[in-house]
Amino acid sequence: MLHRYAVPLAIFGALALAPLLGFGAGHSLSLLARAMILGLGAVGLSVLVGGAGLVSLGHAASFGIGAYAVVMLDAAGQTNAGVVFPVAVLAAAVFALLTGAVAIRTAGVNFIMITLAFGQMAFFTAASLSAYGGDDGYTLYARTRLFGTRLLENRWFFHYLLLALLVLAWVAGRRLLASRFGRVLRAIRENPLRVQALGFSPYPYQLLAYTLAGALGGLAGALLANATEFVAPSFIAWQRSGDLLFMVILGGLGQLHGAVLGALAFVLLEEYLAELTPHWRLIFGPLLVLVALYLKGGLLGLVQRRG
Amino acid sequence: MGEPLLELRGLTKAFGALKVTQDVSLTVLPGEIHAVIGPNGAGKTTLVHQVSGTLGPDAGSIHFAGRDVTRLPLARRARLGLARSFQITAVLPGFSVLENAALAVQARSGSSFRFWRAAATEAALNDTALDALARVGLQDRATTLAGDLSHGERRQLELAIALAMQPRLLLLDEPLAGAGPEETERLVGILAGLKARYGILLVEHDMAAVFALADRISVLVYGQVIATGTPGEIRANAEVRAAYLGEDH
Amino acid sequence: MQFGVLLFLVAAGLTLVFGVMDFINLAHGVQYMLGAYLGASFAAATGSFWWALLLALPVALLAGLLLEWLVFRHLYARDHLAQVLATFGVILSLNQLVRMVWGSAPLQVPVPALLEGGIQLMPGLTWPTYRAAILLAGLATAGLLWLVVERTRVGALVRAGASNAPMVAALGVDIHRLFMLVFGCGAMLAGFAGVMAAPILSVEPGMGDTVLILAFVVIVIGGIGSVRGAFIAALLVGLIETLGRSLMPDLMRLFLAPSPARQTGAALASMLVYVAMAGILAWRPRGLFPVRAG
Ligand SMILES: Nc1ncnc2c1ncn2[C@@H]1O[C@H](COP(=O)(O)OP(=O)(O)OP(=O)(O)O)[C@@H](O)[C@H]1O
Ligand SMILES: [Mg+2]
Repeated sequence: MLHRYAVPLAIFGALALAPLLGFGAGHSLSLLARAMILGLGAVGLSVLVGGAGLVSLGHAASFGIGAYAVVMLDAAGQTNAGVVFPVAVLAAAVFALLTGAVAIRTAGVNFIMITLAFGQMAFFTAASLSAYGGDDGYTLYARTRLFGTRLLENRWFFHYLLLALLVLAWVAGRRLLASRFGRVLRAIRENPLRVQALGFSPYPYQLLAYTLAGALGGLAGALLANATEFVAPSFIAWQRSGDLLFMVILGGLGQLHGAVLGALAFVLLEEYLAELTPHWRLIFGPLLVLVALYLKGGLLGLVQRRG
Repeated sequence: MGEPLLELRGLTKAFGALKVTQDVSLTVLPGEIHAVIGPNGAGKTTLVHQVSGTLGPDAGSIHFAGRDVTRLPLARRARLGLARSFQITAVLPGFSVLENAALAVQARSGSSFRFWRAAATEAALNDTALDALARVGLQDRATTLAGDLSHGERRQLELAIALAMQPRLLLLDEPLAGAGPEETERLVGILAGLKARYGILLVEHDMAAVFALADRISVLVYGQVIATGTPGEIRANAEVRAAYLGEDH
Repeated sequence: MQFGVLLFLVAAGLTLVFGVMDFINLAHGVQYMLGAYLGASFAAATGSFWWALLLALPVALLAGLLLEWLVFRHLYARDHLAQVLATFGVILSLNQLVRMVWGSAPLQVPVPALLEGGIQLMPGLTWPTYRAAILLAGLATAGLLWLVVERTRVGALVRAGASNAPMVAALGVDIHRLFMLVFGCGAMLAGFAGVMAAPILSVEPGMGDTVLILAFVVIVIGGIGSVRGAFIAALLVGLIETLGRSLMPDLMRLFLAPSPARQTGAALASMLVYVAMAGILAWRPRGLFPVRAG
């Protein structure tokens, strides 16, 4: 048996050491940044899917809203992190709250479809924002300022900031799922009728979980805008939502660090295959099919079976 | 006798043309076991569904603890102290036995919108839950996954969950269904021990158990109550004998 | 209008597959795309739209059955999450495959000579004959489908399967064969829609995705498993889409300069459908014509 924290420690440890071990060059560091940001969003999605049983196919919308919050504030001349990040998180949370209020009334397939549809709504809204580049997107000329400094533009600082946020989200997500609230969520996933017969109404619990995941997605989106210094509607395309779901499953649904592992594996694999051949999707697609069909328990499952 | 804990008045429910509940009126007094018996398909489970709030009646009213709950949803009724067990066992298979019971305790003690502290470490929840498990004889299985329990043990857990809710009324839909002779004996013992502390509406096919446990019995046939009375009265009732034994009036 | 009809052709297969097997097939849109590409290729090779139509349909059917055999049949017993992911993977693969075989540039398919020109509705307002033909063909297919589903024995089985599949299986019907049939029909319908769409829409990779999502909107609005619901919802969505596209840019011009107004208007028009869907589901969480029992 592996120690309970062996795998998460290995993942976070590797991320902490990566810049010191020759991955400090611009490209690989920004690759890791992307992976950690996606991991942040995937952790939220994992709480939703694995904890609450809510399969959202519109999670990229919260990323988009966070990213566009950065863009809009930038266009208005506001680049202070103390304003930008709270606004991004809040905007994504409000969007999740409003759309969740409708979506959670439905169940099963309809929930998947309606989250997809809300995602598309956000996508087309972003494409309609001609003041922010419409389809072509918007280039940020400077990153958000932290305490009036350009600290976020320092690659190393950014790397460790992301890592800290990721670890924080992971810890918070774990505590959440183990808490009273999380216990109710997990129970709803297993048998909503039983939970109602105990005296809980599932709706507020699920809605709050959905909103929290949205808020985390907003934070990740704002960070992503800063990492790429560019935002476009394609951030919200439904394929992004599919990718996020894939990361969660690829890593392993049962545990939250699975989402982090999945995001890392996804980004690195994508990068590796893209270097190999321009038709990398022809390998990536079937791989996804195989993972969905046969890799029950995800990569974590593999590791734990070995260990 | 005091105020009834549960009072059904003129409850009526139809599925299309099928009248499953017809003008059913009955009461459960505090500390009383009121059993509902009847042949398969008589509408017993449907009645339980209406009392618990899973189904809404077409007509009639349900009063619980002096309050009209006819239109209240399932969860609200549960919070008022109405606990039900399911005919088809509905424990949470991925939860441990203890956590199944602890969730029920949690429903009745404080807010569940708490996000940080691990629920599994809350002694107050665990103690009450263990207490409920002990009362049905499951304390040794606390750490087992509910999905790994035997059928009879699941029935015991159903009961423990209902008890852990610290309810005022237990709604038990065939708690003995599918239990072997030994398990039945144990469960009957447990139910007898619960008597007087709760009002119990008991739906059950096992006549020996029903006649041993019940203070009063109602006989449901084709959705109608054809007789209500003490076990002695029911035994002697001509209509019941006709319905069950095919005797002439 | 003709867009609504095309949408119905795609959605009909989807809703039946969904209803009977409780299977979410995100790759259904790919079948539509494949139909369009096959139509384009055969049209180029034979020089005749009609030959293309005739050849593309069986090939689309075969492709569908191949996918079923390779991937989908391993998914029926799995949860929705696995279905979504696996069929998402199929989309990625096939979009890329199409790009490899036919290139990324949009293909044009000429309108068949027989259906060129327009019908004069009133002086100054002509309606392209081809679009009218799509509408007619679509309505005829819808009618045929309705007849089959409502009036034949197989149709009765399909309806029963959609409302309660385990029961139908328990009654001794070979649900798997029934499903192959439904699935094959769905693949053909989607392929048919693709071929029909080829001359009026540009044939390009990813064209299936937009249609797929709209088809999902259609079946969710219509109520999963309901062909009638899909028909009404498809027309509704087609109408909203078309009206939105023509009216929104004009509306936006009231607030914005012409060029941004066009872009904003078009995007808002696309959004309108989803707003409508949200509204309908908020009002009726199970769609307009829910089929599933319980
Ligand atoms: N949702 C429903 N729709 C239509 N008919 C139903 C529904 N639920 C139950 N019925 C029918 O209502 C009748 C009463 O069912 P119910 O389950 O209440 O009987 P019961 O007395 O609990 O039977 P058993 O002793 O077998 O548990 C049966 O004929 C059943 O088929
Ligand atoms: Mg019953």
